[in-house]
Amino acid sequence: MAQQTAHEAAHHEHHHEELGFWRKYVFSTDHKVIGIQYGITGLIFLFFGFTLMMLMRWQLAFPGQALPGIGGLFQKIFGDKMVLPDVNGHPGVMTSELYNSFGAMHGTIMVFLGIVPTAFAAFGNYVVPLQIGAPDMTFPKINMASYWSFFLGGVVMLASFFCPGGAAKSGWTSYSPLANITDQVPEFVAAHPVLGLIFNGQSMWILGMVFLITSSLLGSVNFITTIIQLRAPGMTWMRLPFFVWAQLVTSFLLLLAFPPLEAASIFQLMDRVAGTSFFLPSGLIVNGAQIHISGGGSPLLWQHLFWFLAHPEVYVLILPGIGIIGEVVANNTRKPLWGYKAMVFAIFVLGFLSFIVWAHHMYLTGMGAAVSAFFQTTTIMISVPSVILLTALILSLWGGSIRFTTPMCFATAFLPMFGIGGLTGIPLAFNALDLYLHDTYYVIAHFHYIVAPGTIFAIFAGVYHWFPKATGRMMNQFLGRLHFWASFLFINGIFLPMFLQGMLGMHRRWYDGGASYDISKAIVWGLSGFDWNKVISISAWGLGLAQLPFIFNFFSSIWYGKAVGRNPWDATTLEWLAPSPPPHGNFDHAPEVHRGPYEYSVPGAAQDFIPQSEPTSPTAPAAPALAH
Amino acid sequence: MNETHDPQHDAAHDPAHFNKHVRGYLVVGGALFACTALTVALSYVDFGSREANIIVAMIVATVKAGLVAAIFMHLLSERWTIYRFLLLTVFFVIGLFLLTLLAYHNPIRM
Amino acid sequence: MEIPYTLTARPDTGLYNAKIGIWLFLASEVMLFGGLFSGYVFMRLGSEPGYWPHGLLNVPVGTMNTFILIASSVTVVLAWASLKMRQFTQYKIFMAMTILCGAIFLIVKLTYEYPQKFQHFGVYIKKDALVKYEDYLGNNYLKAKNLSPRVEITGHLHNKEALTDPNVKEYEIALDEVNAEPTNPQSDRPHFWPKPVTEKIATIEKSDVQYASVFAPRHSSYFAIYFTITGLHGLHVLGGVLVFIYFMLPVSTRLYRQNPEHLANRVEVAGLFWHFVDLVWIFVFPLFYLL
Repeated sequence: MAQQTAHEAAHHEHHHEELGFWRKYVFSTDHKVIGIQYGITGLIFLFFGFTLMMLMRWQLAFPGQALPGIGGLFQKIFGDKMVLPDVNGHPGVMTSELYNSFGAMHGTIMVFLGIVPTAFAAFGNYVVPLQIGAPDMTFPKINMASYWSFFLGGVVMLASFFCPGGAAKSGWTSYSPLANITDQVPEFVAAHPVLGLIFNGQSMWILGMVFLITSSLLGSVNFITTIIQLRAPGMTWMRLPFFVWAQLVTSFLLLLAFPPLEAASIFQLMDRVAGTSFFLPSGLIVNGAQIHISGGGSPLLWQHLFWFLAHPEVYVLILPGIGIIGEVVANNTRKPLWGYKAMVFAIFVLGFLSFIVWAHHMYLTGMGAAVSAFFQTTTIMISVPSVILLTALILSLWGGSIRFTTPMCFATAFLPMFGIGGLTGIPLAFNALDLYLHDTYYVIAHFHYIVAPGTIFAIFAGVYHWFPKATGRMMNQFLGRLHFWASFLFINGIFLPMFLQGMLGMHRRWYDGGASYDISKAIVWGLSGFDWNKVISISAWGLGLAQLPFIFNFFSSIWYGKAVGRNPWDATTLEWLAPSPPPHGNFDHAPEVHRGPYEYSVPGAAQDFIPQSEPTSPTAPAAPALAH
Repeated sequence: MNETHDPQHDAAHDPAHFNKHVRGYLVVGGALFACTALTVALSYVDFGSREANIIVAMIVATVKAGLVAAIFMHLLSERWTIYRFLLLTVFFVIGLFLLTLLAYHNPIRM
Repeated sequence: MEIPYTLTARPDTGLYNAKIGIWLFLASEVMLFGGLFSGYVFMRLGSEPGYWPHGLLNVPVGTMNTFILIASSVTVVLAWASLKMRQFTQYKIFMAMTILCGAIFLIVKLTYEYPQKFQHFGVYIKKDALVKYEDYLGNNYLKAKNLSPRVEITGHLHNKEALTDPNVKEYEIALDEVNAEPTNPQSDRPHFWPKPVTEKIATIEKSDVQYASVFAPRHSSYFAIYFTITGLHGLHVLGGVLVFIYFMLPVSTRLYRQNPEHLANRVEVAGLFWHFVDLVWIFVFPLFYLL
């Protein structure tokens, strides 16, 4: 055995000598390196997007007061047009323009540069080929192009902060006509007629989106082809780990839902650069004067095309998370996933229905009763597969001998958090209730419960779970616990009060947290002498601090973590068959699959897990029911 | 003339088999030319209303598109995996069109 | 380990990797152009009577371009069949013809069709001033024949300074025939052969004009969507041509020597893309040029 590994190591060393540093770690075509690149870039963007929100929370909790400590630096970075001095002359009060651009970029970065690359692309790239027993993705070069296209998109988005006029300010939804007419600084456009039209926040946002859409397209083509073509011998469809199913459905959502947004982005870019009016109606009045356009467009067209993407996008955000949780739960409860087949069908129905619910984001746009009724019905229907998934995961815990490892802590917390997020969405599905709750903090709390303590907790669970595979070392358990409990408390401190604020009518885009509205002063700020805005803000900063143990743990464990073997979690799926970390080409020899993905605690078996690659021998109890 | 140097020539690449295909491709090409001429000619005939004219032109275009997809893109004899992708896509494209139209035709009446 | 099924089909799916890849890509392209065309439908339905122009594009040139694209579709599939029959010289001829067709298509679009549009000029007349320009619009005549009204006067702008100089109070336009003789029954429907601009010059006061522009994207919803869709389609044609040029380079000849089936697969996959580009044009042509 030792001889074999030595031989194997020598073999791979020889293989790697052909590649220089740049080809091996930067412009790599290896799915594992690309997965790690995606993961690290995505986590950095997640933290950056969160930092924007931590700055905004200062403005919401203490409107008009200068940022303490970093106010001067803040002004240096964003310029004195965007950051003003407070009444005492201290620099560090963000303008409403900067607040808006932070809000828009927070949403964009979290969704397109944070969660999709991490939950979908990073784990998908790293884990999917390993789990199906493939040597790599089908199109390694396209895979690399996908990462670099994503990277360029991120660079363009970040660069937009430093364009004249600042980054995009029209929300992550970029609703027209607002998004068509903002962000162009007249003096700059006059000085540079062509550059002025492109180098401004919203145009850069669109260009960045085009790169990101291209990246997702290349990625999803690769995933689907890989899953269909490169499954190891014996890996039949119903033996696929649940995570692979989740990735397959997610890939289809990205593949088919993103192009309409690309079409819409092209329309909006034409509106901004070539003077068309796809989304501008005739006779539009801006700043008291009718703007000089041909007219004839419709802002509703943007909303339709945008939400045709953005609703499936919601499921793109959550499905990989559910997949990760499925893996972690099965492994740590030491029993098969409850209702694996039902979960697979549910995830398909979910993906399918997610395409025909989009207009529930648009109840306020003046759709008639027939259309509203249609979309209400489909929206309620989509809650059925979601509930099936959640129920199956909760029932999987039943009767299990649960190991509360760090990934399992996050996975256990995921279940109620996802439940709260999902159930609070049901009132929003109804037209009549939505008219009241639309654009309030209630909506913010609802979808953040799904993506923040939902998907982001799933991402953390995945990082802790697959870290030993990627590095050959464990992450520290104590620091993991610290990270988990602090994050869990603070994240609820952020989002629970938002339900209350939203039901009291607090609007999501108030720049001063409602301080300037007499009504909101009483209900949002002074209710029982308790200031929810401050509670939320302090929780947000606490959540920021709670990530420090994770960051420290992540980097220190790469070098100083406890070294482990191939299968530290006693798991069944194929990725644990490969060496940790797996070499280029992944497996020692092409794996073969002989059984389902979750054969834990099989009665009569020698161990409490049987790997998928374990052949069914005639002496082993093949049908345990008969043995008793 | 190096094409005779073919190490992998086998029965699957039987020239007669492909000659038959080539004839088929030329016939389809001819049909597409004819349909294009037809569509231009028909656009100068009034079928009663603008809607009728559009429907006639779209029928011809769909026939042409069908020919290209079925023969040139080999969809007539393709695998089910690919049919599944396309059925899904067609469903969603139709959904995109229909629901957008539905929303257009059913606004709140003041 | 090598990545399996790059060349041969996987037994249970019967497909090689790139074929699945390209069809998935085409599925997403269908959604992209589906989004663009649903934009077309939305804009067209939303346009008020008279605001969706007809007969502004050059039909013979469009027809010719359609023929060229169809011909290229035939040649690319023949190139693939030649490779399958291991007739490399024949393959090169067909591939060269495909590239030529694609290039002609692009050259016609970029050097003739688009620039010709940019020279043309149109003014939309305000609703309450339509009567004043009845001599150019012929709306009474159209109403009697139950045809949709005209709200735009088109032709070549005679005094170019009117575009920039606010002191110039009117546009002088050398009229198109449809505005020069609006009650001529021959102008009821667009002509196949485009008529040249007439000698007749109309003077239109700027205060009567709702919106004036050359035939650029900003001119109207119609030209906006026309330039967007044909521009994007042109980019696809360009992409296809570049890939086909790659297939003519020595690199591909070497590939053929090593493994002819690999090159045949590549040509098949690129050909599928090319047919899709052709397929889009089949819908673009009637929707913009004819209807």
